[in-house]
Amino acid sequence: MLDGMNRPLSILVWGVISLLAAGATAVVAVHRSEPISALWLVAAATCCYALGYRFYSKFIAAKILALDALRATPAERLENGRDFLVTNKWVVFGHHFAAIAGPGPLVGPVLAAQFGYLPGTLWVLAGAVFAGCVQDFVILLFSVRRDGKSLTEMAKEETGALGGIVAYAAVIAILIILLAVVALVVVNALKDSPWGTFTIAMTIPIALLMGIYLRRIRPGKVLEVSVLGFILVLLAIWGGQWISLHPAPAHVFTLSASTLAISIIIYAFAASVVPVWLLLAPRDYLSTFVKLGTIGLLGIGIVAVHPTLHMPAFTRFVDGTGPVFAGKIFPFAFITIACGAVSGFHSLISSGTTPKLIARETETRMVGYGAMLAESAVAIMAIIAACVLQPGVYFAINSPAGIVGQTAVAATTTISDWGFPVTAADMQALAHAVGEQTLFNRTGGAPAFAVGMAHIFSQTLGGGTVMALWYHFAVMFEALFILTILDAGTRVARFMIQDALGHIYKPLGRTSWYPSIIFTSALIVAAWGFFLWQGVKDPLGGINSLWPLFGIANQLLATVALCVATTIIIKMHRAKYATVTLVPLVWLVATTFTASWHKIFDLNPRVGFLAQAGFLASAPATSATARLIFNNRLDAAVTGVLLVMVMLVLIESARQWVGVISGRKEARVKETPFVMTRLTEERA
Amino acid sequence: MMTVRSVVRILISALREIFDEAAYTRFLDRKQIASSPAAYAAFCREQENRGPKPRCC
Repeated sequence: MLDGMNRPLSILVWGVISLLAAGATAVVAVHRSEPISALWLVAAATCCYALGYRFYSKFIAAKILALDALRATPAERLENGRDFLVTNKWVVFGHHFAAIAGPGPLVGPVLAAQFGYLPGTLWVLAGAVFAGCVQDFVILLFSVRRDGKSLTEMAKEETGALGGIVAYAAVIAILIILLAVVALVVVNALKDSPWGTFTIAMTIPIALLMGIYLRRIRPGKVLEVSVLGFILVLLAIWGGQWISLHPAPAHVFTLSASTLAISIIIYAFAASVVPVWLLLAPRDYLSTFVKLGTIGLLGIGIVAVHPTLHMPAFTRFVDGTGPVFAGKIFPFAFITIACGAVSGFHSLISSGTTPKLIARETETRMVGYGAMLAESAVAIMAIIAACVLQPGVYFAINSPAGIVGQTAVAATTTISDWGFPVTAADMQALAHAVGEQTLFNRTGGAPAFAVGMAHIFSQTLGGGTVMALWYHFAVMFEALFILTILDAGTRVARFMIQDALGHIYKPLGRTSWYPSIIFTSALIVAAWGFFLWQGVKDPLGGINSLWPLFGIANQLLATVALCVATTIIIKMHRAKYATVTLVPLVWLVATTFTASWHKIFDLNPRVGFLAQAGFLASAPATSATARLIFNNRLDAAVTGVLLVMVMLVLIESARQWVGVISGRKEARVKETPFVMTRLTEERA
Repeated sequence: MMTVRSVVRILISALREIFDEAAYTRFLDRKQIASSPAAYAAFCREQENRGPKPRCC
């Protein structure tokens, strides 16, 4: 838009935006004496994103990728009306954003808020502009130039067979750990919460009803049925309140963490084997509908209320003694926040559906770089939602009983002694206000986010009297799309396993053969169910071990994606600009390798898996000791295997880079040959 | 006024694409059939055979 301005005006406008970015970021970074308004974060983020998009993404587009509007994309050349389809750029943007934005940008920043609001904010801003957006953008463009090939295919072609195998293994590992950790987030949000459990349980019959409505009554009218489903979900939230106020039904829906975990495992297995149209598709539609609406509403709410951030810029827990998860600010803040800053998972979307819809190469900038900026904005909203809470309340919600104590008095005393005053009465009043029996030890980030969101929403609409409804709306919103991820993720992993097993025994590769469906679904559900159970039984709350494991796996996939991107850039004879992907790659290697090392070998039992196993072995044995020791050793082994695999890809890629730069290797990229576009402006 | 109208049009198109309504319309066009429970069932089968849509964390 501003590109079209005359030069002096453009310089003036961008000069003002730069000054605003610098000023707002300085206020966020330097201000210490009293709480600041959330609007400073919003201003800093908006201006940094505008600058990043206008200048950095344009530089990458022009100097490195040399985007060519005249080059026909696979959507045009291979158009078949199904996978390959020329699509309006804004429509692709919405499609891409809906696919990349899940619970990650909400949960990670909430957990990382234990370091204060500043580390997370700076990482989300810098990480998105210089790493996450760059990764999404270049992988999208490279996939577009290779007929929409996937990351694993590109890794195989550009960095060697090992790259493909590691990318494949990393994806499976990430999916398993991701599914376990998001299931744990739901368990922790719903345990001993009859209201929340009832509401979420009701989404199953609602989704079934939507599936039947779509199939039998009004075929294909998805938006219509999504509105109907949304109304039914609102009724379920209202009904949940009634349930929670009546002892008999409340008793039925008051479930322990173990019972919820078993229920979710059974549910996910069932959801993975029933036809997509019956449960998965309608739930996916419903959760996307709620997700897009709620994110928009939260953005409006934050700007309208512009709440004050009560969390300090830094807390004492930068030293690694935090109760939410153990580990110092470096490297753990940078693996805790993945989505919102840089997420390897996005490279799968950028080399999945999206490249097959892009009409012109020049649109990859807006879709790849721009949609990631939008997701980063969601992460900033999550930081705000967590940091508007009083720090004592935030830590009371997010700290496991194993750290702060089993009783309300013990927990509030411990947290107050840390310098974050909170009383048992405060927590009781808050729990009462949001319609819960207790908010202590609700680890996982989702409940803290829900309380923050309810706090913001209730100041915009309805006041304190409806805070309980907003809280359960927020819990429903998070749990709904987490359950969708459980359904869809189990299926994606099942398809990948079936594809691999099909090479060993052909019928196992048939995605419609029921014995294969049941076998591979059981395999995947058992794998993530194992980690979920481990998290539920973990005395340190589960999130302490599982979230870092997920962050490491996700960032290692980003490392693979950036290795592929750097290799292609060097092969394109753009080595002098390779720092654009090389610097984020070096940063990710530094953070993930350091974090992995700490998670395996750190001598602090709260940080290192092996130290925790050793500590358990030396403590008085209980019936669970042997299992906990095994779990910790397994976590260490998983981390180690992932690390070694990515190291091999890194070495393989580095050999390619040195070979090409020194002239010993031919710089041959595997791009599809140039074909002139036939698209007219109107159609594109 | 035109701008508002075009923004709304694009928003609805994006929603129809995200929610697969547009894909169903294209399916009907491609197969030259009218919308019906049987047509939608065939569309769902085709979508299922393409594999699940990945959803990021």
